[in-house]
Amino acid sequence: MQKNALYILLADDDEDDRLFFKDAFEEVRVQTQVEFAFDGMQLMEHLQQPDVILPDVLFLDLNMPKKSGKECLAEIKQDQRLKNIIIAIYSTSSSEEDIEDTFVQGANIYIKKPSDFNDLKKIINEVLTINWHYQTSGLNRDNFLLRL
Amino acid sequence: MKLFIKFDINTICSLYLKQKLEEEKINFTTLGFGEIELNENLSTEALDKLKNNLSPYGFEVVENQKSVLVQKIKDAIIELVYMEDSNNYKSSVFLAEKLNHSYGYLSNVFSEVTYSSIENFIILQKIERAKQLMLVNEMSLTEIAFLLNYSSVAHLSTQFKNTTGITPSAFQRIIKKRREYLK
Repeated sequence: MQKNALYILLADDDEDDRLFFKDAFEEVRVQTQVEFAFDGMQLMEHLQQPDVILPDVLFLDLNMPKKSGKECLAEIKQDQRLKNIIIAIYSTSSSEEDIEDTFVQGANIYIKKPSDFNDLKKIINEVLTINWHYQTSGLNRDNFLLRL
Repeated sequence: MKLFIKFDINTICSLYLKQKLEEEKINFTTLGFGEIELNENLSTEALDKLKNNLSPYGFEVVENQKSVLVQKIKDAIIELVYMEDSNNYKSSVFLAEKLNHSYGYLSNVFSEVTYSSIENFIILQKIERAKQLMLVNEMSLTEIAFLLNYSSVAHLSTQFKNTTGITPSAFQRIIKKRREYLK
């Protein structure tokens, strides 16, 4: 992995969505290396390998078969080794209840998935920039909440 | 009598460097090609001392000057945001004087390295401070707005919402619930 590239892991069962994100990541200025999990089960199996490299940011689709984003979030937050990963939840839902629930359960970022590619690029740019500040500028991660 | 001596610069340099680092009692591994991995983090003073000891022999620690400057800008901004009388300073003047560069230059370097502006970073830090004051000191928004030099509570609330996507009261509610939940 390149030294300065951020390592992004994205879990989504929908292939179109994965491509949508992949293209957007390729076009933002911050360098990233993106890998994918195809559903929640696969994501958790991947993260639970003993010598796995943990991502700088984990993007989690809220609605996935087998294991939902919320279930993954809960499991990650219970796990001493994984609980400090920065988690960005995204969903087509903009229900206040969903948003508040995921924040309370420990998500750092909530993204209402846009349908427009340029909007997605803007959102990803902002997430990566602010996240980078949180990793390098002594900001308190416990207070890191961002809704886009 | 004349002797011809053949020497290998590489060996000399590595040996000398090794000796110097050992003298300083620095625990290290050489990675070759002039790269050294220190097995501990040196304090700024220790690092400066090492640089000074190496420089007479032509060794120089290569740094990315721009990244170093950006770190200095960030440190200065944090200092400013946490200062008691920060109201008396204009941030651009404070940074330019503190770091001895024009604000225009600082601002360009900052954007180039971080892909975001100094102004945005100041706002991010102020909102971060507001979060702390809210949670740790349990100050009211009115008090915080005054302390952080906002013209009104509404101005602070708007900037909070624009930066984080949520209102200050929602933020407080969520963090409280989360503490209960994750206990």
